[in-house]
Amino acid sequence: MNSSSGKSYMSTASSSVLWKAGGDVVADQFPAGLRVLLVDDDPTCLMILEKMLKACQYNVTKCNRAETALSMLRENRNGFDIVISDVHMPDMDGFKLLEHIGLEMDLPVIMMSADDGKNVVMKGVTHGACDYLIKPVRIEALKNIWQHVVRKRKNEWKDFEQSGSVEEGDRQPKQSEDADYSSSANEGNWKSSKRRKDDEDENDERDDTSTLKKPRVVWSVELHQQFVAAVNQLGIEKAVPKKILELMNVPGLTRENVASHLQKYRLYLRRLCGVSQHPSNLNNSFMNPQDATFGPLDLQALAATGQLPAQSLATLQAAGLGRSTAKSGIPMPLIDQRNIFSFENPKLRFGEAQQQHVSNNKQTNLLHGIPTTMEPKQLAGLHHTAQSMGNMNMPVLSHGSQSSQNNPLLMQMAQPQARGQMLNDSTVGLAPRLLSPRGQSMLSNGMATNVSTRNGVPENIRAPSYNPVSQTSSMLNFPMNHTSELPGNSFPLVSTPGISSLAPKVAFQEDVNSEIKGSVGFMPSYDIFNDLNQHKPQNWELQNVGMMFNSSQHSNSLQGNLDHTQSILVQQGFLSGQNRNSTVISKAMFSAGDSTGHVNAQNSNQHLNSLLDNTVRVKSERVADTAPANLYPDHFGQEDLMSALLKQQDIIAPAENNDFDFDGYSIDNIPV
Amino acid sequence: MERNPMRRQLASMRKSLFDQGYLDEQFMELEQLLDDANPNFVEEVVTLYYRDSARLILNLDRALERRPLDFSKLDGLMHQFKGSSSSIGAKKVKAESTLFREYCKSGNAEGCMRTFQQLKKEYATLRKKLETYFQLARQIGPMESANRPK
Repeated sequence: MNSSSGKSYMSTASSSVLWKAGGDVVADQFPAGLRVLLVDDDPTCLMILEKMLKACQYNVTKCNRAETALSMLRENRNGFDIVISDVHMPDMDGFKLLEHIGLEMDLPVIMMSADDGKNVVMKGVTHGACDYLIKPVRIEALKNIWQHVVRKRKNEWKDFEQSGSVEEGDRQPKQSEDADYSSSANEGNWKSSKRRKDDEDENDERDDTSTLKKPRVVWSVELHQQFVAAVNQLGIEKAVPKKILELMNVPGLTRENVASHLQKYRLYLRRLCGVSQHPSNLNNSFMNPQDATFGPLDLQALAATGQLPAQSLATLQAAGLGRSTAKSGIPMPLIDQRNIFSFENPKLRFGEAQQQHVSNNKQTNLLHGIPTTMEPKQLAGLHHTAQSMGNMNMPVLSHGSQSSQNNPLLMQMAQPQARGQMLNDSTVGLAPRLLSPRGQSMLSNGMATNVSTRNGVPENIRAPSYNPVSQTSSMLNFPMNHTSELPGNSFPLVSTPGISSLAPKVAFQEDVNSEIKGSVGFMPSYDIFNDLNQHKPQNWELQNVGMMFNSSQHSNSLQGNLDHTQSILVQQGFLSGQNRNSTVISKAMFSAGDSTGHVNAQNSNQHLNSLLDNTVRVKSERVADTAPANLYPDHFGQEDLMSALLKQQDIIAPAENNDFDFDGYSIDNIPV
Repeated sequence: MERNPMRRQLASMRKSLFDQGYLDEQFMELEQLLDDANPNFVEEVVTLYYRDSARLILNLDRALERRPLDFSKLDGLMHQFKGSSSSIGAKKVKAESTLFREYCKSGNAEGCMRTFQQLKKEYATLRKKLETYFQLARQIGPMESANRPK
């Protein structure tokens, strides 16, 4: 082919990269031979794209109807590696197809359209597309689509492996021991005990599976129905992978399979019902400082700390709440993430009533805990806000261990929130929310070091760059981007495109919640971010992103984007997974969790691990490696971010978190 | 060699298509896909385009006859048309499509109709030009392979 076209469109990519195709490995020639399913009702485009893909040495199957594509996929589960689909099709909306594929087959899907409007691209992100191409598509854009496949495989595999190893090795009962960490009694206990149990159960599984190539589970319609039945039987709140697995009683199905599918499903449900659902979850957990809710998933806390992008928080909370506790009793919808951030009470939040706005959900949520990609400016803004929040949150923090846990989160969250608020200045409702978490986070870091007038910051926060719709589709612009002020971005804080992916994904939150119970991991990262933020506005972005990602858990089916290690950072809330799709972000989040778990080997790990197990255990380790300073999503892979975050946390923790027990979050190295 | 003047003619024809804004770089993308196995790929795509888009043009014509105008439907149809047109690099046609959609969004019936007429003109003009171009290219093609040293 190369000779024919006179040029080789395919770079000699590493052939052996985690190419764990469903038994179909073209390792040596990878990415040549990548099996692409092309769906577009326009015959002209179909012909052109087919030719281009063939020029890239891919194996192309084209069809002009979505239904046909779906049945092809169902008949031949492992017959394709990636799907490219148009958005506007007569028989089925491209996004719907995307959802189906995500739920049933878990394949990376790239959306395309002549429409490059932000909303559409955002939709792609929220629905889990791993990329979004604008027509007319050029061959260069197709050359690298293999990365999505690799990323996805890698993440799956990694999660798989990690969960196995982590669970086996790292599941320490520390969680329960760490009052701070698992503050939330119920959550913590629940988590830790659950986790341990899971560990035991899963260890066996893991042992076998981790050594094997992770076979891709094909979620057939029947299987999915079994799954849904099990979930309904358990109740969405209580539907945990382990139980679902038991109920389904399908031989060969692992908990991880179920967990990741659950994430996606949650995402899907969330999408159906709107974001509002999540905030409550997150909020609840978060809000109840008193509750042990902070427990494992103290997503809220995380969110509060700004580490968790509000959205992620929501998601996490939703997930976590379902599990750990509804204690918060404040079934705040996701929207209330802000509340969460406000951590204990809206008043804390900046004292603004904004927290109440949390109910606004999404918008605020985004900002809330999820320091999604906030641009430096934004971050800066947040910082300020966070700082002010920090002050406010301080009281919250003092609540016992929980507080401590939360603090980090709060701090972090506060920061993001601050930012968010800043961004939203106009959107009062939104801004405060965002700020709250941030402020909180800020608090944790330096205890209100940043409590500078948030308001002052708002202008800055407005980070125009918020590119919710980054082409990278990583726009996690959580719907939370309420920041009305922000230029149409859904995610005000999301300054970095990468992070944007975090924001919109409410789905993340859910997934996160479910998985990350309390995303303990996030919290720590959040703190780090706070610190980072304080030090560098950029960090916010990363953190946000990280947070966002984390919460979103890869379930967002952000296919492959999690890899953007940035997502890890995102977890932190700051990672503006700019480049990464939500998946990345979610993964990051998880990874963050994971990494945190790993790195910190603390309670948080436990929590996170359990959560993350399905999710992205991605590169959390990596994060630790990278210097926090680089928290630019673009530059960091999730892992890097994570490591960076973690490092920062460590660094920061000792210095600043004296008051806040980050430990609660089990931020690995944060000496408390 | 006879080819040379024809080649030159073809080249200048091609150049003017670009210079006059009938085609944009997407067309070049298509040209890059030419290979020995599909030497007439671009022509095939363009042919397919005109065949398929004729249907869209027809639907648009019909939709524009209705009263009152269904702007969202018009916009939807034009969106498809625009996608196709941009895929082959039909620059002017694409521009008219975009303008048409703007009018749809603002509910400007007069603007829509006017633009559509203009669009059809550009569409037809481009078709003629490309037909001529491909004809010439085909003449050169066989000569080329015939004369190519084996």
